[in-house]
Amino acid sequence: MAGQGPDRPDTADRPDAAATSWPQPTRQAPSPQQTRQARQARQAPSPQQTRHAPSPLAEMWDWIRGRLVVAGRGLLLLGPAVTGLALLAAVLSLLGLVALLAWKATDPYQTQELDLITAMAVFVFWLLMTPIFLLCFRPIARLSRKLAGQWCGVPIAAPYLPRPWASGGKGGLRRRLTWLLTDQATWRDLLWVIVNGLVGWILPVVPAGVLVLGVTAVIAPYAQGEVRLLAVAVAVGGTWASPWLMRGYGLLASSMLAPTQHAELTLRVDQLTQTRSEALDTGAAEIRRIERDLHDGAQARLVAMGMTLDAAGQIIDTNPDAARALLYEARDASVKALAELRNLVRGIHPPILADRGLADAFRALAMDSPMRIHLASDLCGRASAPIESAAYFAVSELLANVSKHAEARETWIDLRYTDGMLRIGVTDNGHGGADPARGSGLRGIERRLAAFDGVLAVSSPPGGPTAVTMEIPFELSLPKTSFS
Amino acid sequence: MLQAHGLEISAAVDNGADLLAAVTADRPDVAIVDVRLPPTFTDEGIRAALAARREVPGLPVLVLSQYVEQLYARELMASGSGGIGYLLKDRVFDSAQFVDAVRRVAAGGTAMDPEVIARLLARNTKDGSLAAVSPREREVLALMAEGRSNAAIAQRLVITERAVAKHTASIFMKLDLQPSDDDNRRVLAVLAYLGG
Repeated sequence: MAGQGPDRPDTADRPDAAATSWPQPTRQAPSPQQTRQARQARQAPSPQQTRHAPSPLAEMWDWIRGRLVVAGRGLLLLGPAVTGLALLAAVLSLLGLVALLAWKATDPYQTQELDLITAMAVFVFWLLMTPIFLLCFRPIARLSRKLAGQWCGVPIAAPYLPRPWASGGKGGLRRRLTWLLTDQATWRDLLWVIVNGLVGWILPVVPAGVLVLGVTAVIAPYAQGEVRLLAVAVAVGGTWASPWLMRGYGLLASSMLAPTQHAELTLRVDQLTQTRSEALDTGAAEIRRIERDLHDGAQARLVAMGMTLDAAGQIIDTNPDAARALLYEARDASVKALAELRNLVRGIHPPILADRGLADAFRALAMDSPMRIHLASDLCGRASAPIESAAYFAVSELLANVSKHAEARETWIDLRYTDGMLRIGVTDNGHGGADPARGSGLRGIERRLAAFDGVLAVSSPPGGPTAVTMEIPFELSLPKTSFS
Repeated sequence: MLQAHGLEISAAVDNGADLLAAVTADRPDVAIVDVRLPPTFTDEGIRAALAARREVPGLPVLVLSQYVEQLYARELMASGSGGIGYLLKDRVFDSAQFVDAVRRVAAGGTAMDPEVIARLLARNTKDGSLAAVSPREREVLALMAEGRSNAAIAQRLVITERAVAKHTASIFMKLDLQPSDDDNRRVLAVLAYLGG
């Protein structure tokens, strides 16, 4: 996660149409929420994509409307700033008030010890209240992050440490306090509330401010010629620059609200721990399944074969005909055992995947599928065996889902390798409505991909089409390398 | 085992390069190739078979494998004229049938593994394009796709050859295929239809 920018220009403005027709997964942390976000993003195409050949007048109107929206949003950004500052002021005055009351309540002519006790009581009250107050700033910081992403174009990931009691641990008061107070993000939130409340808000208010200035200059009857001209010039310039002002504000927010390297690493460790345990669980479950299949299938057949052969051996002199029948039976059993072993091997690691790699393995999947499947691939090397296997089974499960649920006639598989990223798109023309939050299959694929830092994005509006995109980062090895 | 059935072995090799050298030198009636060969033990056999058919056009090749892949079957079918066989190693168990397959391929015919055919049929059944074909006709179709002659099909299903001919004619009509007396062209038409 470290080192990856918050926005990904390579996916944002790639010219080819195929790239824009897939939902783009976000790379920060593979979570169901993000899958949903990606889906929502897909459902709302950007205006640049849908508009064609606008007239100059319409273009100007669009421009003006855009700037008005920016100005409005800038004004709305005052909300969190003012709220934060007000909250801070309220907290400080409450703490101060308590101290003041305590001081007033104590008689100044009393002995010094009592004074000390009061002071200590006030101090303890402060200590107790501080965590609660600190927590109050989180919603404001969260809102700022969200708005920075949506309005300023600077998405900011949440930097907070994971709650220690969320993953099954006990949440004692001390642990909660440690969690809150040792999190750098807590204090950086506070810093942001102060900076934003004191000076930060100026940036987003400028667009609206210059607009008001311009309008005032034009309609005010008492304004001088030069002043009026200057004001209008400032207004036009300010309006023109307003998106950059917003972006600047977003960057300012990002400098305080984005995760620090330490926080990123902590989150990363947490994510790795989780995906590792999930990967181990999946592996163990697979081994149990294989063991069960062998036990019930090939192993049982071999035992039966042994018994049949033994019986044949015992009667071969007395009843050769019956012995021959038994021998044929044993042969048929061996054919069945081999067939079962073949199916088992296909389920563990398909031979064609080992032989030829992903593209041909998908081609073979397509041949076995009742649907019409179109495959486009620009993959010419081989991935490492575990990644190939994960990608293969993910696609095979998706295809099974499609033929089971989507009632699709055709499916497109798109296999690309760009910038150290394997991107697989599976799109069908079925009736859509797939929800990763409900379907355990999609969740399972997501979990398995997560072990390779892979992510899954689903776009499936009711009525279709369904488009699933998977991204797995890896280094492509040279062609013709075998991994068998 | 092959010698026991009156076949002569001209050369036995254990890798793709030697196979190429042997088929160009000896020009055998048929080459029998295992899919997994050294050095990579992946699909060397298929590659070697395809290369051999490029070197010696029309060379009948029978490929044996521990598993069958439609993709490989299709690559072999597309590799030009001449007999082609693609069988599971299990089929070697039934020596009579195996030798029959070897002779069929050597004679320029086709020997497709029943499992390949079964998967092709399964796929087309779900698709609905075989809906008009009756169960008995499906059996005939499967045996036909494996590359068997009418006589062999009749023997296998314990019916007369005339009945088989009637079934095949009906199948070709239902699938809208051009009937052909030539066994091999018939197989190719059926496989092309199922694979399409």
